[in-house]
Amino acid sequence: MALSGLEIYKLLPQTNCKECGYPTCLAFAMKLAAKQAELKDCPYVSEEAAAKLEAASAPPIRLIELQGSDGKLAVGNETVLFRHEKTFYHKPGLFLRVADTLDAAAAKEMVTQADAFHVDYVGIDLHLDGFAVEAASGDAGKYAAAVGAVREGTKLPLILIASDPGLAKAGLEVAGGRPLLYAADAENWQAMGELAKSANVPLAVRADGPDALNDLTEKLKSLGLEDLVLDPSTAGYKQDLANYTTLRRLAIKKNMRSLGFPIISFPGRLDASDETLLAAQYIAKYSGLVVLDHFDPATAYALLVLRENIYTDPQKPIQVQPGIYEINNPDPNAPLFVTTNFSITYFSVANEVEGSGWPGWLLVTDAEGMSVLTAWAAGKFDAERIAKDVKAFGVEEKLAHKKLILPGHVSVLSGELEEELPGWEIMVGPREAVDIPTYLKTMWSNGGG
Amino acid sequence: MEMMEETNPMTIEIPKEKWSGRVREVTLGATADEGGTRSRTLTVGGESAMPYLYFEGEIPHSPALALEIHDRKPDDWSPLLLEAWGDAAEDPATWAKAAEEAGADLIYLSLSLTTAAGEKNTAENARSVVRSVLNASSLPLAVVGTGQAEADNELMVAVAEEGVGERLLLGICEDKNYRTIVAAALAHKHLVQSRTPMDVNLSKQMIILINDMGMPLERIIMDPTTGALGYGIEYGYSVMERLRLAALQGDSMTQQPMLVTPGEEAWKVKEAKVGEGVPEEWGDWEKRALNWEAITATSLIHSGADIIVLRHPETLKRVRAVVDALTNGA
Repeated sequence: MALSGLEIYKLLPQTNCKECGYPTCLAFAMKLAAKQAELKDCPYVSEEAAAKLEAASAPPIRLIELQGSDGKLAVGNETVLFRHEKTFYHKPGLFLRVADTLDAAAAKEMVTQADAFHVDYVGIDLHLDGFAVEAASGDAGKYAAAVGAVREGTKLPLILIASDPGLAKAGLEVAGGRPLLYAADAENWQAMGELAKSANVPLAVRADGPDALNDLTEKLKSLGLEDLVLDPSTAGYKQDLANYTTLRRLAIKKNMRSLGFPIISFPGRLDASDETLLAAQYIAKYSGLVVLDHFDPATAYALLVLRENIYTDPQKPIQVQPGIYEINNPDPNAPLFVTTNFSITYFSVANEVEGSGWPGWLLVTDAEGMSVLTAWAAGKFDAERIAKDVKAFGVEEKLAHKKLILPGHVSVLSGELEEELPGWEIMVGPREAVDIPTYLKTMWSNGGG
Repeated sequence: MEMMEETNPMTIEIPKEKWSGRVREVTLGATADEGGTRSRTLTVGGESAMPYLYFEGEIPHSPALALEIHDRKPDDWSPLLLEAWGDAAEDPATWAKAAEEAGADLIYLSLSLTTAAGEKNTAENARSVVRSVLNASSLPLAVVGTGQAEADNELMVAVAEEGVGERLLLGICEDKNYRTIVAAALAHKHLVQSRTPMDVNLSKQMIILINDMGMPLERIIMDPTTGALGYGIEYGYSVMERLRLAALQGDSMTQQPMLVTPGEEAWKVKEAKVGEGVPEEWGDWEKRALNWEAITATSLIHSGADIIVLRHPETLKRVRAVVDALTNGA
């Protein structure tokens, strides 16, 4: 947990020497607390104090990095319980579990298909983050062969699920990169810990709930391990929510280092639960790695979008540049749409116009990254602004007509907009982007209106 | 010391928040004893903890799952939804009964601007639809207007009169039209649903305005507005979390139970609505569409929803399983 200015002040020399560039040690401490100054600017701070300050500034949840043969993933480093308090930083990795008991051809097909899965969502490339290979056969040779086969099918990071140190070792020898080893438990922690340490890979720790986890991570830390991942064991929606929330709170609010690690979850582990909806809970509530048992594009796409949404920085809505956009090579007779610069709004409208096959112009106004309704309610998307942008972006010069299609949700603006833009005809488009193709077919087939 | 640690491993103190506030309990519907004809009432709210954190407060009621029906077969619903409801969607009474059989806690009836023939919807028609739905299903009922103030002024007054004594939930009270709906609800002892566009302060303001007209807070349900998965869900999600935190901290005008409409929102986006002309990577249409609605709903349960309005009967089953597990599970 970050120290307050006063707590930092107590660790400084308190001589007000001014060599740091600030008039007093207290002023410098306040700047340090606000992360606007660096400790190295103080030439007289003691080593002991420096170590304390450094420890206090370490993230409450450790950043854990996995590497594949090409491509890596970092999870952890979260600092808040609720995304509006700041933001969630590192999107939970979505993995697919492949057991070594699966027929080699079937495993290869599963991995190849899932590895090739990429979807474009508002300009973001969504895909899985890796594969978890499980030693279900209990046979080291079989396990090594399965890990090797998966490695051939993907360059993404791996998780090696093998609670027997011998099996784990066999997997590690062929995995390459920096996989996550899963998992140390109350019985095997020593052997698994030593294996993870010698291979320099992160190690997952599995136990029932925070107390037992804490006990194990303390033991593993004493072996010298620093990169750990927590599995509080899958118990179902209710207990998992309680456990995950408790772990997050202990790490962030109580600065409990022994539990300051990302959480790994297995939503498919309980037969009785809906894997997709339990995964949704884990994404919203504090999981760092989610291992799915099933791959289906219709599910993966939805979960990846949820992850993207929950991890969007609330202070920086994803925006597109205001301006006039061309879709399907429009000529001066093509229809003109207007919308806001919230990227989801922009992409919804642009995709629909594009998909309709009609050439079109899309005027994107600066609504501070808000959607149409929100921007309108906040006074950031009104007749005055739209008219201003029509002029600013030289819309009139591009068109042979003076017709503007307004989003249906703000039809109320049409009167005012006609006043602001004399000579223009303001048309009210559909409320939802998905209805644009139908709208164009009926309203624009003979040149509009 | 060594011995003690061996025999008594340290027990971590679970951090618990101490909240001073609590969400208001609101009861929808009225049985014969209470002057209505419903077979049961529906109480929502009452939480004194963040969603499902049973270890630090009370969560006396599971969120209620409502199914949305319309006074006539909707023109713009996804074919998947119309297929799921089949002939039931042709008649609001049959539809209400089917929704009850599908496991809904509440029927959420939405009135259309026009009749199937394209004529203006009338007060008389709204009255007869409400009567037929009340006769067909004994569940508590919500009735919401067309969203156009002028039409709603006429329709909702008639609905309020027709449902007198039933403690209907009437909506949707927005900035422009709340007066008529609130007045009608007050005159006939109903409840109201407020709606504001994803903003904590606007939401509070609307509750204050409705309350100022004399509507008791025990009869107001708050709709903070929902965005679908992929289309702004994070805005609604965070506004709900902020509203609920404020409620627990004791801010009175945020202590209303929250209603969300993931069914409506999810089913109007492309991922759910249509099966053609979409990228192949999106996968199977029906599965994707059902996931879209269910994931939107599940996320909102975690941000504090008390009434969840759904459209597809299959989604209701899935979300019911989640709610049951969160309430009664391990």
